[in-house]
Amino acid sequence: MIEHALVGVALALGLGGGYLLARSRLHSRRRGSEAVHRILLPFTGTEISRRAVDAALRLARAEDAELMPAYLAAVPMRLPLTCSIPNQAAVAMAMLEAIEQRAAAQGVPVDARIERGRSYRHALARLLESEQVDRVVVPAGNGDGGEGLSGEDLIWLIEKAPAEVLILRPAPDDPLAPLAANSGRARAQL
Amino acid sequence: MSPGRYKIFLGMAAGVGKTYRMLQEGQAERKAGRDVAIGYLEPHRREETSDQARGLEVVPRRPVTYRDVTVEEMDLHALLLRRPELALIDELAHSNPPGLEHRKRYEDIADVLAAGIDVFSTVNVQHLESLNDQVAELTGVRVRETVPDSVLGSADEVVLIDLTPEALVERLRAGKIYPGEAIDAALNNFFRIENLAALREVSLRQVAESVEAKRLTLETVEPLGTRREKVAAEVPKAVGERILALVRPQPSSQRLVRRAWRSAQRLGTELDLLWVKKPGAPIEGEVERQVTALRQLASVLGAKLLIEEHDDLVAAAARVARERGTTYLMVGESEPRRGFARLREPLPQRLMRATPPGVDVRIVAHRTNGEAEEGRRSSFPRNGGGKDERR
Repeated sequence: MIEHALVGVALALGLGGGYLLARSRLHSRRRGSEAVHRILLPFTGTEISRRAVDAALRLARAEDAELMPAYLAAVPMRLPLTCSIPNQAAVAMAMLEAIEQRAAAQGVPVDARIERGRSYRHALARLLESEQVDRVVVPAGNGDGGEGLSGEDLIWLIEKAPAEVLILRPAPDDPLAPLAANSGRARAQL
Repeated sequence: MSPGRYKIFLGMAAGVGKTYRMLQEGQAERKAGRDVAIGYLEPHRREETSDQARGLEVVPRRPVTYRDVTVEEMDLHALLLRRPELALIDELAHSNPPGLEHRKRYEDIADVLAAGIDVFSTVNVQHLESLNDQVAELTGVRVRETVPDSVLGSADEVVLIDLTPEALVERLRAGKIYPGEAIDAALNNFFRIENLAALREVSLRQVAESVEAKRLTLETVEPLGTRREKVAAEVPKAVGERILALVRPQPSSQRLVRRAWRSAQRLGTELDLLWVKKPGAPIEGEVERQVTALRQLASVLGAKLLIEEHDDLVAAAARVARERGTTYLMVGESEPRRGFARLREPLPQRLMRATPPGVDVRIVAHRTNGEAEEGRRSSFPRNGGGKDERR
Protein backbone atom coordinates (compact mmCIF):
# COMPACT_ATOMS: atom_id res chain seq x y z
CA MET A 1 0.00 0.00 0.00
CA ILE A 2 2.78 2.42 1.01
CA GLU A 3 4.64 1.44 -2.11
CA HIS A 4 1.66 2.37 -4.24
CA ALA A 5 1.37 5.69 -2.50
CA LEU A 6 5.07 6.37 -3.02
CA VAL A 7 4.79 5.52 -6.72
CA GLY A 8 1.76 7.83 -6.96
CA VAL A 9 3.61 10.67 -5.25
CA ALA A 10 6.67 10.12 -7.44
CA LEU A 11 4.50 10.17 -10.56
CA ALA A 12 2.73 13.33 -9.47
CA LEU A 13 6.05 15.01 -8.66
CA GLY A 14 7.48 13.91 -11.99
CA LEU A 15 4.52 15.19 -13.97
CA GLY A 16 4.39 18.45 -12.03
CA GLY A 17 8.13 18.97 -12.39
CA GLY A 18 7.98 18.21 -16.10
CA TYR A 19 5.16 20.68 -16.57
CA LEU A 20 7.01 23.42 -14.68
CA LEU A 21 10.22 22.75 -16.60
CA ALA A 22 8.43 22.86 -19.97
CA ARG A 23 6.68 26.10 -18.97
CA SER A 24 9.89 27.76 -17.87
CA ARG A 25 11.60 26.74 -21.13
CA LEU A 26 8.71 28.11 -23.15
CA HIS A 27 8.90 31.38 -21.23
CA SER A 28 12.64 31.68 -21.65
CA ARG A 29 12.27 30.96 -25.37
CA ARG A 30 9.67 33.69 -25.67
CA ARG A 31 11.86 36.09 -23.73
CA GLY A 32 14.75 35.11 -26.00
CA SER A 33 12.78 35.82 -29.15
CA GLU A 34 11.82 39.24 -27.86
CA ALA A 35 15.46 40.03 -27.17
CA VAL A 36 16.65 39.10 -30.67
CA HIS A 37 18.55 41.90 -32.36
CA ARG A 38 18.22 42.36 -36.04
CA ILE A 39 20.83 43.95 -38.27
CA LEU A 40 19.64 45.18 -41.61
CA LEU A 41 22.02 45.08 -44.57
CA PRO A 42 20.33 46.77 -47.52
CA PHE A 43 21.96 46.57 -50.92
CA THR A 44 21.27 47.04 -54.61
CA GLY A 45 22.77 45.93 -57.90
CA THR A 46 24.91 42.91 -58.61
CA GLU A 47 27.69 43.50 -56.10
CA ILE A 48 27.91 44.35 -52.45
CA SER A 49 30.86 45.54 -50.45
CA ARG A 50 32.49 42.53 -48.83
CA ARG A 51 33.63 44.89 -46.08
CA ALA A 52 30.04 45.80 -45.30
CA VAL A 53 28.95 42.16 -45.26
CA ASP A 54 31.80 41.19 -42.96
CA ALA A 55 31.15 44.14 -40.65
CA ALA A 56 27.48 43.24 -40.43
CA LEU A 57 28.38 39.61 -39.73
CA ARG A 58 30.91 40.59 -37.03
CA LEU A 59 28.30 42.75 -35.35
CA ALA A 60 25.69 40.05 -35.61
CA ARG A 61 28.01 37.52 -34.03
CA ALA A 62 29.06 39.85 -31.26
CA GLU A 63 25.48 40.77 -30.41
CA ASP A 64 23.95 37.38 -31.04
CA ALA A 65 21.80 39.06 -33.64
CA GLU A 66 20.08 37.99 -36.80
CA LEU A 67 21.26 39.39 -40.12
CA MET A 68 18.64 40.68 -42.49
CA PRO A 69 20.22 41.19 -45.91
CA ALA A 70 17.69 43.04 -48.04
CA TYR A 71 17.84 43.50 -51.78
CA LEU A 72 16.23 46.77 -52.81
CA ALA A 73 14.49 46.59 -56.17
CA ALA A 74 13.35 49.65 -58.10
CA VAL A 75 10.14 49.01 -60.04
CA PRO A 76 9.56 51.41 -62.96
CA MET A 77 6.46 53.61 -62.74
CA ARG A 78 4.91 51.95 -65.77
CA LEU A 79 4.64 48.65 -63.86
CA PRO A 80 2.53 48.06 -60.76
CA LEU A 81 4.53 48.09 -57.56
CA THR A 82 3.28 44.63 -56.69
CA CYS A 83 4.27 43.03 -59.99
CA SER A 84 6.69 40.15 -60.04
CA ILE A 85 10.25 41.07 -60.98
CA PRO A 86 11.90 37.85 -62.13
CA ASN A 87 15.01 39.44 -63.59
CA GLN A 88 15.83 41.50 -60.52
CA ALA A 89 14.84 38.55 -58.36
CA ALA A 90 17.41 36.39 -60.16
CA VAL A 91 20.14 38.88 -59.24
CA ALA A 92 18.81 39.20 -55.70
CA MET A 93 18.67 35.44 -55.20
CA ALA A 94 22.26 34.95 -56.23
CA MET A 95 23.41 37.81 -53.98
CA LEU A 96 21.41 36.58 -51.01
CA GLU A 97 22.73 33.06 -51.50
CA ALA A 98 26.31 34.39 -51.45
CA ILE A 99 25.65 36.39 -48.28
CA GLU A 100 23.89 33.47 -46.64
CA GLN A 101 26.81 31.19 -47.37
CA ARG A 102 29.15 33.64 -45.72
CA ALA A 103 26.82 34.02 -42.75
CA ALA A 104 26.42 30.25 -42.38
CA ALA A 105 30.18 29.87 -42.24
CA GLN A 106 30.18 32.20 -39.22
CA GLY A 107 27.08 30.72 -37.62
CA VAL A 108 24.96 33.86 -38.05
CA PRO A 109 21.23 33.33 -38.62
CA VAL A 110 19.83 35.04 -41.69
CA ASP A 111 16.34 36.23 -42.54
CA ALA A 112 16.55 37.76 -46.02
CA ARG A 113 14.20 40.09 -47.83
CA ILE A 114 13.60 41.48 -51.30
CA GLU A 115 11.78 44.78 -51.12
CA ARG A 116 10.23 46.66 -54.02
CA GLY A 117 9.85 50.39 -54.32
CA ARG A 118 9.67 53.11 -56.93
CA SER A 119 13.26 53.95 -56.05
CA TYR A 120 15.87 52.35 -53.82
CA ARG A 121 15.03 54.89 -51.13
CA HIS A 122 11.34 54.12 -51.42
CA ALA A 123 12.06 50.40 -51.14
CA LEU A 124 14.20 51.01 -48.06
CA ALA A 125 11.49 53.18 -46.50
CA ARG A 126 8.92 50.43 -47.07
CA LEU A 127 11.24 47.90 -45.52
CA LEU A 128 11.89 50.02 -42.45
CA GLU A 129 8.15 50.50 -42.07
CA SER A 130 7.41 46.79 -42.08
CA GLU A 131 10.41 45.41 -40.19
CA GLN A 132 11.85 46.27 -36.81
CA VAL A 133 15.62 46.50 -36.93
CA ASP A 134 18.14 47.58 -34.34
CA ARG A 135 20.94 48.54 -36.65
CA VAL A 136 21.41 49.29 -40.33
CA VAL A 137 24.75 48.56 -41.96
CA VAL A 138 24.93 50.14 -45.35
CA PRO A 139 27.80 50.24 -47.79
CA ALA A 140 28.37 53.70 -49.22
CA GLY A 141 28.42 53.87 -53.01
CA ASN A 142 27.45 50.25 -53.44
CA GLY A 143 25.44 48.92 -56.31
CA ASP A 144 26.03 48.30 -59.91
CA GLY A 145 28.06 51.05 -61.51
CA GLY A 146 27.20 53.57 -58.83
CA GLU A 147 23.48 52.94 -59.13
CA GLY A 148 23.04 52.12 -55.46
CA LEU A 149 22.00 54.37 -52.61
CA SER A 150 23.13 57.90 -53.28
CA GLY A 151 24.67 60.29 -50.75
CA GLU A 152 21.27 61.91 -50.35
CA ASP A 153 19.69 58.55 -49.69
CA LEU A 154 22.22 57.92 -46.94
CA ILE A 155 21.52 61.29 -45.33
CA TRP A 156 17.82 60.48 -45.52
CA LEU A 157 18.52 57.11 -43.92
CA ILE A 158 20.42 58.67 -41.02
CA GLU A 159 17.59 61.11 -40.43
CA LYS A 160 14.69 58.71 -40.78
CA ALA A 161 15.84 55.24 -39.78
CA PRO A 162 14.50 54.22 -36.36
CA ALA A 163 17.80 52.46 -35.68
CA GLU A 164 21.52 53.03 -35.51
CA VAL A 165 23.03 53.48 -38.95
CA LEU A 166 26.53 52.38 -39.80
CA ILE A 167 27.78 53.56 -43.19
CA LEU A 168 30.85 51.80 -44.46
CA ARG A 169 33.14 53.02 -47.16
CA PRO A 170 33.94 50.08 -49.44
CA ALA A 171 37.55 49.29 -50.18
CA PRO A 172 38.40 49.77 -53.88
CA ASP A 173 38.43 46.10 -54.77
CA ASP A 174 36.22 44.37 -52.29
CA PRO A 175 32.93 43.71 -54.03
CA LEU A 176 31.22 40.47 -53.12
CA ALA A 177 29.75 39.16 -56.32
CA PRO A 178 27.55 36.11 -56.23
CA LEU A 179 30.20 33.75 -57.52
CA ALA A 180 29.52 31.14 -54.93
CA ALA A 181 25.84 31.26 -55.62
CA ASN A 182 26.38 30.92 -59.34
CA SER A 183 28.52 27.89 -58.95
CA GLY A 184 25.87 26.48 -56.67
CA ARG A 185 23.34 27.17 -59.35
CA ALA A 186 25.30 25.19 -61.87
CA ARG A 187 25.59 22.26 -59.51
CA ALA A 188 22.00 22.30 -58.47
CA GLN A 189 20.43 21.83 -61.87
CA LEU A 190 17.37 19.64 -61.84
CA MET B 1 -18.21 16.43 -86.45
CA SER B 2 -14.51 16.48 -85.66
CA PRO B 3 -13.01 19.88 -84.81
CA GLY B 4 -10.76 21.67 -87.25
CA ARG B 5 -6.98 21.62 -87.00
CA TYR B 6 -5.40 24.60 -85.34
CA LYS B 7 -2.04 26.02 -86.34
CA ILE B 8 -0.52 29.03 -84.58
CA PHE B 9 2.32 31.14 -85.90
CA LEU B 10 4.17 32.49 -82.87
CA GLY B 11 6.60 35.40 -82.98
CA MET B 12 8.79 37.35 -80.58
CA ALA B 13 7.57 40.75 -81.79
CA ALA B 14 5.67 42.58 -84.47
CA GLY B 15 7.33 42.44 -87.85
CA VAL B 16 8.98 39.04 -87.68
CA GLY B 17 6.72 37.79 -90.46
CA LYS B 18 3.98 35.77 -88.74
CA THR B 19 1.13 37.08 -90.88
CA TYR B 20 3.25 36.81 -94.01
CA ARG B 21 4.06 33.19 -93.28
CA MET B 22 0.44 32.42 -92.45
CA LEU B 23 -0.66 33.85 -95.79
CA GLN B 24 2.14 32.05 -97.59
CA GLU B 25 0.98 28.72 -96.18
CA GLY B 26 -2.63 29.67 -96.94
CA GLN B 27 -1.67 30.27 -100.56
CA ALA B 28 0.08 26.92 -100.70
CA GLU B 29 -3.06 25.22 -99.35
CA ARG B 30 -5.20 27.03 -101.94
CA LYS B 31 -2.89 25.94 -104.74
CA ALA B 32 -3.17 22.39 -103.41
CA GLY B 33 -6.91 22.63 -104.05
CA ARG B 34 -8.28 23.50 -100.62
CA ASP B 35 -10.98 26.10 -100.01
CA VAL B 36 -9.20 28.88 -98.11
CA ALA B 37 -10.67 32.17 -96.87
CA ILE B 38 -9.33 35.03 -94.83
CA GLY B 39 -11.46 35.50 -91.72
CA TYR B 40 -9.51 38.50 -90.54
CA LEU B 41 -6.30 40.07 -91.74
CA GLU B 42 -4.36 42.96 -90.27
CA PRO B 43 -1.78 43.90 -92.90
CA HIS B 44 -0.59 46.97 -90.90
CA ARG B 45 -0.12 48.79 -94.18
CA ARG B 46 2.74 46.44 -95.06
CA GLU B 47 3.01 45.99 -98.78
CA GLU B 48 4.66 42.58 -98.68
CA THR B 49 1.84 41.27 -96.51
CA SER B 50 -0.89 42.72 -98.70
CA ASP B 51 0.77 41.22 -101.78
CA GLN B 52 0.85 37.84 -100.15
CA ALA B 53 -2.92 38.01 -99.49
CA ARG B 54 -3.72 38.63 -103.16
CA GLY B 55 -5.95 35.97 -104.63
CA LEU B 56 -7.28 34.76 -101.31
CA GLU B 57 -10.95 35.31 -100.65
CA VAL B 58 -11.67 37.68 -97.76
CA VAL B 59 -14.81 37.31 -95.67
CA PRO B 60 -16.12 40.90 -95.31
CA ARG B 61 -15.59 42.48 -91.92
CA ARG B 62 -18.38 43.53 -89.65
CA PRO B 63 -18.58 47.20 -88.61
CA VAL B 64 -19.14 47.69 -84.88
CA THR B 65 -19.75 51.04 -83.24
CA TYR B 66 -18.45 51.48 -79.74
CA ARG B 67 -18.32 54.85 -77.93
CA ASP B 68 -19.05 56.69 -81.18
CA VAL B 69 -16.18 55.02 -82.97
CA THR B 70 -16.84 52.48 -85.70
CA VAL B 71 -14.32 49.71 -86.05
CA GLU B 72 -14.25 46.72 -88.37
CA GLU B 73 -14.05 43.35 -86.73
CA MET B 74 -14.07 39.76 -87.86
CA ASP B 75 -17.57 38.63 -88.78
CA LEU B 76 -17.79 35.28 -87.03
CA HIS B 77 -21.31 34.58 -88.23
CA ALA B 78 -20.41 35.28 -91.88
CA LEU B 79 -17.30 33.11 -91.62
CA LEU B 80 -19.29 30.21 -90.19
CA LEU B 81 -21.87 30.61 -92.99
CA ARG B 82 -19.14 30.77 -95.65
CA ARG B 83 -17.64 27.62 -94.14
CA PRO B 84 -14.25 27.36 -95.87
CA GLU B 85 -12.02 24.35 -95.30
CA LEU B 86 -9.32 26.62 -93.90
CA ALA B 87 -9.75 30.06 -92.31
CA LEU B 88 -6.85 32.47 -91.84
CA ILE B 89 -7.48 34.60 -88.75
CA ASP B 90 -4.82 37.10 -87.74
CA GLU B 91 -4.02 38.24 -84.16
CA LEU B 92 -5.73 35.74 -81.92
CA ALA B 93 -5.03 37.83 -78.79
CA HIS B 94 -7.23 40.68 -80.03
CA SER B 95 -10.00 41.91 -77.69
CA ASN B 96 -13.37 42.39 -79.37
CA PRO B 97 -15.45 45.46 -78.62
CA PRO B 98 -18.73 44.91 -76.76
CA GLY B 99 -21.56 43.75 -78.96
CA LEU B 100 -19.80 40.84 -80.63
CA GLU B 101 -20.31 37.18 -79.84
CA HIS B 102 -17.20 36.88 -77.71
CA ARG B 103 -14.91 39.11 -75.70
CA LYS B 104 -11.73 37.76 -77.29
CA ARG B 105 -10.82 36.61 -80.76
CA TYR B 106 -9.38 33.31 -79.58
CA GLU B 107 -12.91 32.51 -78.38
CA ASP B 108 -14.22 33.26 -81.87
CA ILE B 109 -11.57 30.90 -83.20
CA ALA B 110 -12.75 28.18 -80.82
CA ASP B 111 -16.20 28.42 -82.46
CA VAL B 112 -14.68 28.21 -85.94
CA LEU B 113 -12.68 25.13 -84.96
CA ALA B 114 -15.74 23.56 -83.36
CA ALA B 115 -17.51 23.97 -86.70
CA GLY B 116 -14.90 21.69 -88.24
CA ILE B 117 -13.00 24.47 -90.02
CA ASP B 118 -9.19 24.42 -89.89
CA VAL B 119 -7.64 27.65 -88.60
CA PHE B 120 -4.28 29.32 -89.06
CA SER B 121 -3.68 32.19 -86.64
CA THR B 122 -0.92 34.41 -85.24
CA VAL B 123 0.22 35.69 -81.85
CA ASN B 124 3.21 37.35 -80.26
CA VAL B 125 4.83 35.73 -77.24
CA GLN B 126 4.19 38.68 -74.91
CA HIS B 127 0.46 38.03 -75.15
CA LEU B 128 0.76 34.72 -73.33
CA GLU B 129 -0.61 35.13 -69.83
CA SER B 130 2.16 33.32 -67.96
CA LEU B 131 4.87 35.33 -69.72
CA ASN B 132 3.20 38.70 -69.40
CA ASP B 133 5.02 39.78 -66.21
CA GLN B 134 8.33 38.47 -67.43
CA VAL B 135 8.08 40.21 -70.77
CA ALA B 136 6.88 43.43 -69.13
CA GLU B 137 9.93 43.43 -66.92
CA LEU B 138 12.26 42.59 -69.78
CA THR B 139 10.96 45.21 -72.14
CA GLY B 140 9.21 47.74 -69.94
CA VAL B 141 6.08 47.35 -72.03
CA ARG B 142 3.03 45.67 -70.56
CA VAL B 143 0.61 44.14 -73.01
CA ARG B 144 -3.03 44.38 -71.99
CA GLU B 145 -4.38 41.82 -74.45
CA THR B 146 -3.43 38.47 -73.01
CA VAL B 147 -4.46 34.92 -73.85
CA PRO B 148 -4.38 31.89 -71.57
CA ASP B 149 -1.43 29.58 -72.20
CA SER B 150 -3.92 26.79 -72.80
CA VAL B 151 -4.74 28.42 -76.16
CA LEU B 152 -1.22 27.67 -77.33
CA GLY B 153 -1.38 24.25 -75.68
CA SER B 154 -4.57 23.41 -77.56
CA ALA B 155 -3.05 24.09 -80.99
CA ASP B 156 -2.21 21.11 -83.14
CA GLU B 157 0.87 22.89 -84.43
CA VAL B 158 2.87 25.86 -83.17
CA VAL B 159 5.27 27.37 -85.69
CA LEU B 160 7.88 29.77 -84.37
CA ILE B 161 8.68 32.54 -86.79
CA ASP B 162 12.24 33.25 -85.81
CA LEU B 163 14.37 36.16 -86.85
CA THR B 164 17.58 37.45 -85.32
CA PRO B 165 17.18 40.74 -83.42
CA GLU B 166 19.61 42.38 -85.84
CA ALA B 167 17.59 41.28 -88.87
CA LEU B 168 14.38 42.54 -87.26
CA VAL B 169 15.92 45.92 -86.50
CA GLU B 170 17.14 46.02 -90.09
CA ARG B 171 13.57 45.42 -91.31
CA LEU B 172 12.33 48.14 -88.99
CA ARG B 173 14.93 50.61 -90.28
CA ALA B 174 13.96 49.77 -93.85
CA GLY B 175 10.39 50.84 -93.07
CA LYS B 176 9.01 47.33 -93.52
CA ILE B 177 7.31 47.25 -90.12
CA TYR B 178 6.18 50.75 -89.19
CA PRO B 179 5.83 53.92 -91.24
CA GLY B 180 8.76 56.35 -91.24
CA GLU B 181 7.62 58.63 -88.41
CA ALA B 182 7.29 55.75 -85.95
CA ILE B 183 10.65 54.10 -86.64
CA ASP B 184 12.83 56.16 -84.31
CA ALA B 185 10.42 55.81 -81.41
CA ALA B 186 10.24 52.04 -81.93
CA LEU B 187 14.02 51.74 -82.12
CA ASN B 188 14.43 53.65 -78.89
CA ASN B 189 11.78 51.76 -76.99
CA PHE B 190 10.57 48.26 -77.68
CA PHE B 191 12.85 47.37 -80.59
CA ARG B 192 16.13 47.54 -78.73
CA ILE B 193 18.49 44.66 -79.50
CA GLU B 194 18.62 43.56 -75.83
CA ASN B 195 14.80 43.51 -75.61
CA LEU B 196 14.50 41.52 -78.79
CA ALA B 197 17.20 39.07 -77.76
CA ALA B 198 15.39 38.42 -74.49
CA LEU B 199 12.05 38.04 -76.25
CA ARG B 200 13.59 35.68 -78.76
CA GLU B 201 14.89 33.51 -75.94
CA VAL B 202 11.46 33.47 -74.31
CA SER B 203 9.80 32.51 -77.61
CA LEU B 204 12.26 29.73 -78.35
CA ARG B 205 11.82 28.30 -74.86
CA GLN B 206 8.04 28.53 -75.13
CA VAL B 207 7.95 26.56 -78.36
CA ALA B 208 10.45 24.01 -77.04
CA GLU B 209 8.17 23.46 -74.06
CA SER B 210 5.14 23.20 -76.23
CA VAL B 211 6.85 20.58 -78.41
CA GLU B 212 7.96 18.68 -75.33
CA ALA B 213 4.43 18.71 -73.90
CA LYS B 214 2.99 17.47 -77.18
CA ARG B 215 5.59 14.72 -77.38
CA LEU B 216 4.67 13.61 -73.87
CA THR B 217 0.98 13.53 -74.56
CA LEU B 218 1.23 11.85 -77.93
CA GLU B 219 3.77 9.23 -76.97
CA THR B 220 2.63 5.65 -77.13
CA VAL B 221 2.19 4.54 -73.58
CA GLU B 222 2.21 0.81 -73.95
CA PRO B 223 3.59 -0.98 -72.09
CA LEU B 224 3.62 1.35 -69.07
CA GLY B 225 7.19 0.50 -68.27
CA THR B 226 9.24 3.64 -67.99
CA ARG B 227 8.52 6.50 -65.71
CA ARG B 228 8.04 8.89 -68.62
CA GLU B 229 5.37 6.65 -70.03
CA LYS B 230 3.65 6.54 -66.67
CA VAL B 231 3.72 10.32 -66.51
CA ALA B 232 2.23 10.54 -69.98
CA ALA B 233 -0.54 8.20 -68.96
CA GLU B 234 -1.23 9.83 -65.62
CA VAL B 235 -1.15 13.46 -66.66
CA PRO B 236 -2.02 13.52 -70.33
CA LYS B 237 -3.00 17.18 -70.21
CA ALA B 238 0.02 18.44 -68.31
CA VAL B 239 1.86 21.19 -70.14
CA GLY B 240 5.46 21.16 -68.95
CA GLU B 241 6.50 20.91 -65.33
CA ARG B 242 5.09 22.45 -62.18
CA ILE B 243 6.88 22.77 -58.88
CA LEU B 244 5.36 22.74 -55.41
CA ALA B 245 7.57 23.69 -52.47
CA LEU B 246 6.45 22.85 -48.94
CA VAL B 247 7.34 25.81 -46.75
CA ARG B 248 6.95 26.87 -43.16
CA PRO B 249 6.80 30.42 -41.86
CA GLN B 250 10.43 30.58 -40.83
CA PRO B 251 13.58 32.07 -42.37
CA SER B 252 15.06 28.69 -43.30
CA SER B 253 12.23 28.21 -45.80
CA GLN B 254 13.64 31.04 -47.89
CA ARG B 255 16.50 28.87 -49.04
CA LEU B 256 14.06 26.23 -50.14
CA VAL B 257 12.06 28.87 -52.01
CA ARG B 258 15.22 30.12 -53.70
CA ARG B 259 16.14 26.62 -54.83
CA ALA B 260 12.63 25.90 -56.01
CA TRP B 261 12.44 29.19 -57.88
CA ARG B 262 15.74 28.60 -59.65
CA SER B 263 14.56 25.20 -60.72
CA ALA B 264 11.28 26.72 -61.90
CA GLN B 265 13.20 29.34 -63.88
CA ARG B 266 15.38 26.74 -65.48
CA LEU B 267 12.41 24.63 -66.45
CA GLY B 268 10.45 27.72 -67.43
CA THR B 269 7.61 26.57 -65.22
CA GLU B 270 5.37 27.84 -62.46
CA LEU B 271 6.09 27.64 -58.77
CA ASP B 272 3.60 27.09 -55.97
CA LEU B 273 4.49 27.43 -52.30
CA LEU B 274 2.42 25.52 -49.78
CA TRP B 275 2.24 25.97 -46.04
CA VAL B 276 0.11 23.37 -44.27
CA LYS B 277 -1.09 25.06 -41.13
CA LYS B 278 -2.44 23.23 -38.12
CA PRO B 279 -6.19 23.86 -37.84
CA GLY B 280 -6.96 26.64 -35.41
CA ALA B 281 -3.34 27.67 -34.92
CA PRO B 282 -3.27 31.46 -34.75
CA ILE B 283 -1.24 33.47 -37.24
CA GLU B 284 0.27 36.07 -34.97
CA GLY B 285 3.58 37.43 -33.73
CA GLU B 286 6.65 35.92 -35.39
CA VAL B 287 4.53 33.51 -37.45
CA GLU B 288 2.57 36.40 -38.89
CA ARG B 289 5.77 38.25 -39.70
CA GLN B 290 7.21 35.24 -41.49
CA VAL B 291 3.99 34.57 -43.39
CA THR B 292 4.04 38.17 -44.57
CA ALA B 293 7.66 37.73 -45.64
CA LEU B 294 6.79 34.56 -47.54
CA ARG B 295 3.84 36.25 -49.20
CA GLN B 296 6.06 39.15 -50.21
CA LEU B 297 8.72 36.82 -51.59
CA ALA B 298 6.12 34.86 -53.54
CA SER B 299 4.80 38.07 -55.04
CA VAL B 300 8.30 39.23 -56.06
CA LEU B 301 8.98 35.88 -57.70
CA GLY B 302 5.59 35.52 -59.36
CA ALA B 303 4.94 32.38 -57.31
CA LYS B 304 1.69 31.49 -55.60
CA LEU B 305 1.57 31.02 -51.83
CA LEU B 306 -1.10 28.56 -50.75
CA ILE B 307 -2.07 28.18 -47.10
CA GLU B 308 -4.01 25.03 -46.28
CA GLU B 309 -5.40 24.13 -42.87
CA HIS B 310 -4.94 20.43 -42.29
CA ASP B 311 -3.83 18.05 -39.58
CA ASP B 312 -1.98 15.84 -42.01
CA LEU B 313 0.81 17.52 -43.96
CA VAL B 314 1.23 14.59 -46.35
CA ALA B 315 -2.46 14.29 -47.22
CA ALA B 316 -2.75 18.05 -47.77
CA ALA B 317 0.39 18.19 -49.91
CA ALA B 318 -0.74 15.22 -52.00
CA ARG B 319 -4.14 16.78 -52.59
CA VAL B 320 -2.67 20.12 -53.62
CA ALA B 321 -0.11 18.37 -55.86
CA ARG B 322 -2.94 16.53 -57.59
CA GLU B 323 -5.06 19.64 -57.99
CA ARG B 324 -2.23 21.82 -59.27
CA GLY B 325 -0.74 19.24 -61.62
CA THR B 326 2.56 19.27 -59.74
CA THR B 327 5.44 17.31 -61.21
CA TYR B 328 8.10 18.24 -58.62
CA LEU B 329 7.65 18.44 -54.88
CA MET B 330 10.43 20.16 -52.97
CA VAL B 331 10.80 19.88 -49.22
CA GLY B 332 13.33 21.11 -46.69
CA GLU B 333 15.44 18.73 -44.68
CA SER B 334 13.52 17.40 -41.68
CA GLU B 335 14.68 18.05 -38.13
CA PRO B 336 16.38 15.02 -36.54
CA ARG B 337 13.66 12.65 -35.34
CA ARG B 338 13.47 11.89 -31.67
CA GLY B 339 11.53 9.50 -29.49
CA PHE B 340 8.55 7.75 -31.04
CA ALA B 341 8.90 9.84 -34.19
CA ARG B 342 11.79 7.55 -35.14
CA LEU B 343 9.34 4.73 -35.65
CA ARG B 344 7.46 6.71 -38.25
CA GLU B 345 8.23 6.53 -41.95
CA PRO B 346 10.28 9.57 -43.06
CA LEU B 347 8.38 12.45 -44.67
CA PRO B 348 9.83 12.11 -48.22
CA GLN B 349 8.81 8.45 -48.38
CA ARG B 350 5.31 9.25 -47.14
CA LEU B 351 5.04 12.05 -49.69
CA MET B 352 6.19 9.79 -52.49
CA ARG B 353 3.59 7.20 -51.58
CA ALA B 354 0.79 9.74 -51.29
CA THR B 355 1.43 11.82 -54.41
CA PRO B 356 0.59 10.73 -57.99
CA PRO B 357 3.22 8.52 -59.67
CA GLY B 358 4.60 11.28 -61.87
CA VAL B 359 5.67 13.48 -58.96
CA ASP B 360 9.34 13.64 -57.98
CA VAL B 361 10.24 14.55 -54.42
CA ARG B 362 13.39 16.54 -53.88
CA ILE B 363 14.95 17.38 -50.51
CA VAL B 364 16.79 20.65 -50.11
CA ALA B 365 19.33 20.32 -47.34
CA HIS B 366 19.83 22.90 -44.62
CA ARG B 367 22.92 24.92 -45.09
CA THR B 368 25.68 23.73 -42.79
CA ASN B 369 28.50 25.88 -41.49
CA GLY B 370 31.31 26.46 -43.87
CA GLU B 371 29.93 24.63 -46.84
CA ALA B 372 27.23 25.02 -49.37
CA GLU B 373 25.20 21.93 -48.86
CA GLU B 374 23.51 20.87 -52.01
CA GLY B 375 20.09 19.43 -52.47
CA ARG B 376 19.44 15.74 -52.37
CA ARG B 377 16.91 14.05 -54.44
CA SER B 378 15.08 11.02 -53.27
CA SER B 379 13.32 10.07 -56.42
CA PHE B 380 13.77 9.35 -60.07
CA PRO B 381 16.15 11.34 -62.23
CA ARG B 382 14.51 13.68 -64.69
CA ASN B 383 15.83 15.40 -67.79
CA GLY B 384 19.19 13.81 -67.34
CA GLY B 385 19.48 14.87 -63.72
CA GLY B 386 21.89 17.28 -62.08
CA LYS B 387 25.37 16.72 -60.82
CA ASP B 388 24.29 17.09 -57.22
CA GLU B 389 21.74 14.38 -57.30
CA ARG B 390 22.29 11.54 -54.92
CA ARG B 391 19.98 8.67 -54.36
